[in-house]
Amino acid sequence: MAPGLVSYILRRLAVVPAVLLVVSFATFTLGRYAPSDYVQMQAGTRANPETIDRIREERGLNDPVYEQYGRYIWHAVQGDFGTSVKPRGVPVSDVIFPRLWVTVQINLLALVFSWLIGIPLGTLAALKRGTWLDPFAIGVFLLVASVPVLVSVPLLQWFFVLKLHLLPSGGWSDASFFGVDLGIFSARAILPVLVLTLASVASLARYMRAQVLEVLDQDFVRTARAKGLRGDVVVVRHVLRNAMLPIVTIFGFELAGLIGGSIFVETLLGIPGMGLLFYESVTARNYDVMMAIVLLGTTIFVLAMLAVDIAYGFIDPRVRLGGVGG
Amino acid sequence: MSYLPVPPTDPSMRLSEAEALGVVEATHPLRVRSRIMRRLLRRPVAVVAIAVIVVIYGAGIFAPLIAPHGFNDADFQDRYANPSLSHPLGTDSLGRDLLSRAIWSAQTTVIISVAAVLTGGLMLGVTLGLLAGYLRGAADFIIMRLGEIFGSVPPILMLLIITATLLNDVKDLGSNIEDVTGQHWIVSSGAPSYVLVFGALAMFGWVGLSRLIRSQVLALREAPYITAAQASGASNVRILFWHLLPNVGNLLIVSLTLSLGAAAGAEVGLTFLGIGVQSPHPSFGAMIADAVGLSNVREHIQLILVPAVVVSSLILAFNLLGDQLTDVLSPRHR
Repeated sequence: MAPGLVSYILRRLAVVPAVLLVVSFATFTLGRYAPSDYVQMQAGTRANPETIDRIREERGLNDPVYEQYGRYIWHAVQGDFGTSVKPRGVPVSDVIFPRLWVTVQINLLALVFSWLIGIPLGTLAALKRGTWLDPFAIGVFLLVASVPVLVSVPLLQWFFVLKLHLLPSGGWSDASFFGVDLGIFSARAILPVLVLTLASVASLARYMRAQVLEVLDQDFVRTARAKGLRGDVVVVRHVLRNAMLPIVTIFGFELAGLIGGSIFVETLLGIPGMGLLFYESVTARNYDVMMAIVLLGTTIFVLAMLAVDIAYGFIDPRVRLGGVGG
Repeated sequence: MSYLPVPPTDPSMRLSEAEALGVVEATHPLRVRSRIMRRLLRRPVAVVAIAVIVVIYGAGIFAPLIAPHGFNDADFQDRYANPSLSHPLGTDSLGRDLLSRAIWSAQTTVIISVAAVLTGGLMLGVTLGLLAGYLRGAADFIIMRLGEIFGSVPPILMLLIITATLLNDVKDLGSNIEDVTGQHWIVSSGAPSYVLVFGALAMFGWVGLSRLIRSQVLALREAPYITAAQASGASNVRILFWHLLPNVGNLLIVSLTLSLGAAAGAEVGLTFLGIGVQSPHPSFGAMIADAVGLSNVREHIQLILVPAVVVSSLILAFNLLGDQLTDVLSPRHR
């Protein structure tokens, strides 16, 4: 490992707390600034305004926003991220982690499937350039990649649930395997995993095809071929290794989009994951849960991006990490 | 068709010494570009994609002229009607004409995605990406940390929070503008939610593009022709916009094409969640939200099919066009 790399990573990590502070402050302020709050929402419109105000006073919701924020951060650095208001009184971590686990299961499975299918498909399409297979494959990839989840979910529901009666229409059911709650062995997991896999396999294959084509025309590939290397050795050792550069960044982006990307699938199919939880917490002004999800999502994102940048430096030495001037 | 001529009288556009000596390719990329346009139009797939975009954008732009009904003309006697002469695509749960809803929704899509891509992608993204990649050092650090902050929440989370919380304030701003200018159509036209959605999209839209451009510039700035330009005394601005921008231009064109499709999808998504364009203003997201639910899917599949076909084919057309452009633009694949 290059000596510059360690200091680069440390320097990048040093920025993370600052990023978290800015993002958390923005989220906190926007949340408090929103019309209505959870006290008003849960009390309903016919509640006594004085009672509502008393509860707000007790919970510190009438204090200036910066005071509330300071208090939140003070507790947060001590590991106390507050309590949920819906379900009421439950520590935030107890609400979030079971939901995160559901989202991670679906996405992990979809990720494995899409990489297993997408990378070989994209490579194949590139190698078959000039035959009928290539334009056909591109067309199919593009078509599948262009259908938004919002559209594909109802259409797949119509086909698999209403016409074929093969799959349950939505929801989620867990079963315990050796003390671990797993939902991916239930038939309810098939539809969300299918949708997410379709969405990412096509774009992955497209990128892979483009990258392989890019590398195939490089001089060093011609040299490798000219010196008599076998075709598959050239593809694996020279082409694939270089074509993986931008693909690695896509992996980072997929990791970063874990929670956000699940919002639509989870709301449409009623799956109790992080995306649905986030949407519910914003609309119900469930402040502490909302904050915790944003902080968690931010942390995942920053680390994923750092990994992407490091990978860039490893694969393409022309990009000198953290170099000054030049 | 001729290429774009370089006006020889403009001193800033004269050949640099390096170009004159032939160190740099003397044909400016702009000249190459018009040839590329012709090459693009010879490809049937590209022509089909452009045609789809032109039809949907045209429908959106000329919506007031061609839509047979208003976007909110309800007819409770005629709910869930099948296609007929007066309603070519049928009607929805409130008896509103689906064809007209789709045409007006296209208008929403055009307004929001073009505004978001022009401001966030083109103006912010390109400038910041070029600066970060070329200047490096402090400028790079600041821009990339800014990008990290803006991009360090999954954008959809922040978009959701922003649009869910700020709509009332943007509406207040709108009515203040109404009071000052005496124009009383602003709030009722739904403009505040349009501004909010495209503003939020633009705020987060520049991050990806500027990262992409920066990474290209990082690799390019070590190229001999940049060193040559520096040695011949070219200013930073000239190097950025004259030497670097045209060479990341291919990437930029493709990226902006894809961004238009992505922005359209994002608007549909936000509106679907109920926090984008506000009812009764038309959007494909609102049409989809009205149509999902198993009982609707079972009995009135056409409700979802209309927005599904239009949105998917628009995004597909942008993706196809982006792909075709990549093929045509990549110098090694000619």
